[in-house]
Amino acid sequence: MQGLDLEYMLGLVPVILGYVPLTLAMAAAGMAGALVLAVLLAVERVVRVPVLDWLVVLFISFFRGTPLLVQLFLFYYGLPQVVSFLTRIDGVTAAVLGLTLHFAAYMAESIRAAILGVDRSQWEAAQSIGMTQAQLMMRIILPQAARVAAPTLVNYFIDMLNGTSLAFTLGVTEMMGAAQKEAAGSFLYFEAFLVVAVIYWIMVETLSQAQKWLETYLNKAFVR
Amino acid sequence: MISIRGLTKRFGDKAVLDNIDLDIASGERVVIIGPSGTGKSTLLRCLNFLDRPDAGQISIGDLTVDAARARKGEILALRRRTGFVFQNYALFANKTAKENIMEALVTVQRLPREDAAKRALAILSETGLADKADSYPAALSGGQQQRVGIGRAMALDARLMLFDEPTSALDPEWVGEVLDLMRRVAEQKQTMLIVTHEMQFAREIADRVLFMEGGRIVEAGTPAEIFEAPRDARLQRFLSRVGR
Repeated sequence: MQGLDLEYMLGLVPVILGYVPLTLAMAAAGMAGALVLAVLLAVERVVRVPVLDWLVVLFISFFRGTPLLVQLFLFYYGLPQVVSFLTRIDGVTAAVLGLTLHFAAYMAESIRAAILGVDRSQWEAAQSIGMTQAQLMMRIILPQAARVAAPTLVNYFIDMLNGTSLAFTLGVTEMMGAAQKEAAGSFLYFEAFLVVAVIYWIMVETLSQAQKWLETYLNKAFVR
Repeated sequence: MISIRGLTKRFGDKAVLDNIDLDIASGERVVIIGPSGTGKSTLLRCLNFLDRPDAGQISIGDLTVDAARARKGEILALRRRTGFVFQNYALFANKTAKENIMEALVTVQRLPREDAAKRALAILSETGLADKADSYPAALSGGQQQRVGIGRAMALDARLMLFDEPTSALDPEWVGEVLDLMRRVAEQKQTMLIVTHEMQFAREIADRVLFMEGGRIVEAGTPAEIFEAPRDARLQRFLSRVGR
């Protein structure tokens, strides 16, 4: 076994770092979309609107029941063949859309559990002062559910951040794609992918620190 | 003026409230006593639609709600005219003492935030908790939480305040301060309907005492009539058990 080509790796770092903004943007857009959608899905699952409930169950079942990679291929390569206006969809958009739908399904279930975990007395107290169902949800129940759901949601965010690397399979040149191209010229595959791995790792570790801060913030009302 | 006609609530085939008729004059303080599981709390909860009554009418001022076909808007209107104090306080856990009281003012009465905050602080002073304005419920004692709970109900400026065993979940050391606050609320001519096991307090604060059993009001009268000269045998038995 040969030693690592450290000089090559150091030279590659700024190249790969150049693609970090794209990765972060895809993850942030995916997370924002997934959060909004997941909250809507979770609230629907708790309130149970007739007919709609059936569709939501089907949605969650499909997007949890099939692999992310299969979903991405289905959207990007498959759907445009049957739905013509989708032919212009680019890889980044397709990846963000896929990540959004996929993670929304998972996150909806953990938000639903968190909503159901809020004490019944909180619902009754909100009703007793004459709040509407929407006010009760937005101001009392969801903020308390957020505290319970936060650790799992950050976990999904980490998963999604790493999942953006799959955009590579849709022809997007992101961190992984850039490393692949570089390595194809130098044949130093191990070095190139190691650089990518370390950069992902550092990003996730930073997120984990943010998670501690977030949890402290959400817990502030519950410290005795 | 509050008027309740034929209020009925069934759980399965058991009538927990059996055709209740009750009138409460404005400013009147009515205390409900009786054994556990006889519908006292259910009566209060039905008046606020926390439990949905199966039949009957509830009138508060010019608002009349027919239980059998009450619509959302009517239920909200009814709730906004009735304050509810819970046995387990049920303060909003994600909000400070001040925010708990502000909540109805901001979301329901649509007051500007500054005005709501001012009013909330005034109410907190009345409850003797001005220095706890920014404390979260988790940091308050049971007695303090219940006083905030009463403050939250006071903020509604309700025609009727409902107290569902407000001291039953409290350690004995906190009961006194909560009853004191209820006395102060009573002094403001607030119409109150109180379910309690504090017989001494009932005797002292009530204009009228109702004895409930089996989902019915079995006997009603002044504290003197109920406590000194009970007629119904079930009331006599109940009073001897609780030692008046």
